[in-house]
Amino acid sequence: MYEIISKRRLNSTITWLVIKAPLVARKARPGQFIILRTDEYGERIPLTMAGHDSEKGTIDIIYQAVGKTTLLLDQFEVGDALLDVVGPLGRPTEMEGLKRVAVVGGGTGNALAYPIAKGMYDTGIQVDMIAGFQTKDVVILEEEFRAGTSNLYITTDDGSYGEKGFTTDKLKALIESGEKYDEVVAVGPPVMMKFVCQLTAKYGIKTVVSLTAYMVDGTGMCGGCRVVIGGENKFACVDGPEFDGQLVNWDELIQRNSFYKEQEQEDMVHVCRLTGGVRCHD
Amino acid sequence: MINLVKEKNPMPEQDPMVRNKNFKEVSTGYTADMAINEAMRCLQCRKKPCTGGCPVRVRIPEFIARIAAGEFEEAYQVISTTSSLPAICGRVCPQENQCEGRCVQGLKGEPVAIGRLERFAADWHREHGSGEAAAQADSNGRKVAVVGSGPAGLACAGDLIAKGYGVTVYESLHKEGGVLAYGIPEFRLPKDIVSSEVSALKDRGVCFINNAVVGMSMTVDELFEDGFEAVFVGTGAGLPQFMNIPGENLLGVYSANEYLTRINLMKAYKPEYDTPIQISRKVAVIGGGNVAMDAARCAKRMGAEEVHIVYRRSMEEIPARQEEIHHAIEEGIHFQLLTNPVAIRGTEKGYVCGLECVEMELGEPDASGRRRPVEKKDSNFVLEVDAVIMAIGTRLNKLILETTENLSANSRGGIGAEEETGATSCPGVFAGGDAVTGAATVILAMGAGKNAADSIDRYLEKRV
Repeated sequence: MYEIISKRRLNSTITWLVIKAPLVARKARPGQFIILRTDEYGERIPLTMAGHDSEKGTIDIIYQAVGKTTLLLDQFEVGDALLDVVGPLGRPTEMEGLKRVAVVGGGTGNALAYPIAKGMYDTGIQVDMIAGFQTKDVVILEEEFRAGTSNLYITTDDGSYGEKGFTTDKLKALIESGEKYDEVVAVGPPVMMKFVCQLTAKYGIKTVVSLTAYMVDGTGMCGGCRVVIGGENKFACVDGPEFDGQLVNWDELIQRNSFYKEQEQEDMVHVCRLTGGVRCHD
Repeated sequence: MINLVKEKNPMPEQDPMVRNKNFKEVSTGYTADMAINEAMRCLQCRKKPCTGGCPVRVRIPEFIARIAAGEFEEAYQVISTTSSLPAICGRVCPQENQCEGRCVQGLKGEPVAIGRLERFAADWHREHGSGEAAAQADSNGRKVAVVGSGPAGLACAGDLIAKGYGVTVYESLHKEGGVLAYGIPEFRLPKDIVSSEVSALKDRGVCFINNAVVGMSMTVDELFEDGFEAVFVGTGAGLPQFMNIPGENLLGVYSANEYLTRINLMKAYKPEYDTPIQISRKVAVIGGGNVAMDAARCAKRMGAEEVHIVYRRSMEEIPARQEEIHHAIEEGIHFQLLTNPVAIRGTEKGYVCGLECVEMELGEPDASGRRRPVEKKDSNFVLEVDAVIMAIGTRLNKLILETTENLSANSRGGIGAEEETGATSCPGVFAGGDAVTGAATVILAMGAGKNAADSIDRYLEKRV
């Protein structure tokens, strides 16, 4: 069992959990993910780690309660325990040879961008962080980013906080103003990552994206997380989760990520409306 | 007194049209009378060709004699001197190619139903046995790690604990059993049987650590640092293969591994579980092995109106066990033989709506000895389906190879290991089962696990 050590709400839907998982914490690196199962009836879902403490044997996850599993996860309190946590999975973020990087995060994606940005910053890389949100109320991790990056730029779609506009607008402005980046890292909704990649392609800047996909085992066995990179099938769990964004077939990725949306929507309504998030058959 | 009937006692089974709507076991097992009657068919040959056909050398005529005498628990005890998983082997071994394939009774009639008798003895023990754990060997204070809790790992762990080693099994999934848990469906191998075999190993002192991906959570080298003196790698051949035809990433295309894991391990067929799975009306399963049969029969049970096995050769060459094919046909699975898929078609929204196939004919035998299928020109047609399941085999998982220094691969891309001993290029690391050979059978994997246990014992005795 994997005990929840702390729980912190970052905004109305996004939560930060610290979970006891010594086996995972011992080996975790930025960019890697875990698969968790809340209880016997739960799905196995992948979540990128937001951090870890190998001495305390804990890992951090930040998730948005959007589907049935994350809504159930939201019911867990400090002291409760998850049934299964497996990892670390996936390849860690490659940082070798990098001197200056722009990290672009969108919405919940900022949570996944956080360990990458901080991991790079901690190894001495200069990190410009562009954190994009829809509106002021949902801004997360501002303090953490201020402490863990060289420069922080916050954008909001409606201009209610930071600069008005999309992350791509800010990234473009920075590049045009003469900032030179060895690499851009983009983590967020696929549509945002796609537009970041289109932009950076114009300037010839390599861009790494972190992809999420449906998966079961996380070790390459199910093949459910296949993504097309440069015309070739790759498994996000073992070949990724980070890939060269300019080689990703975005339309297919977006389509594949919609596979179970309707089923999930129905399930979620059941969880919220019927049981208030508590399993009724226990 | 020998029973001279030429045919096996038939296996009692659920009615096909009932069972294709539930996940309960298809075959319900011999009664005691049937088992005794069948056991009487054994000639008790002195040469025991059946035992020679068994990768783990089960003392077959001996246990059958016990059943004939009505000593069922004793029969089980005879089997368990060599096999740690009789309830499983009795159900899923390809007996027709092994023990039963060599049975003298098979020359003039049907061989003795060795598999069914093995299953009977194991089931009898589970229901009536004393429940006492087997005598514990004295601990020798030395530790061995086993990676993977599938048939190879379980067999290896069972033999090592019997020799007095401290055994820890690392499993990447949340449940033990490997392919027995995620791959083989409930209706062929009830999961409580797998659990009880695993519990028996736990009772004997084997420690299981689930949710541990060796190669990621820890490396093989780190296992040695943790005090293990030898490591057995039985991680199976996990990576699914696809055909590389257009449309394979459409919504509704599954690997058999994914489809079966969602159903068997993650219980997608039970409404109380959250596991999502597409509810399909018409399904095509590509491939002709046991995995293809399992996927097709699962699809039927998940409510598909029409399920097709699409196989590019004929019924003569199909690799699945006869019994599985027979069961599939009874349950209403269609066989599209001499048919090869060339593309998968999708709707505007990306959902599968058809499988474009081409008819095949058989030419000269190829390297595998089977007649090579050749496309018939202009024979393309579209099978209307909304799901396609790829059951065309698996490749070897590289996680351990890539993370273990000095561990060499073999020509198939698996872990290079000596067939007899399981020894690899790394001292103290042994490997066996599908991780070495590529996809094979449960019993061959068990045989490899047992051989490795023996050679680990010899290796550690020398290395005091």
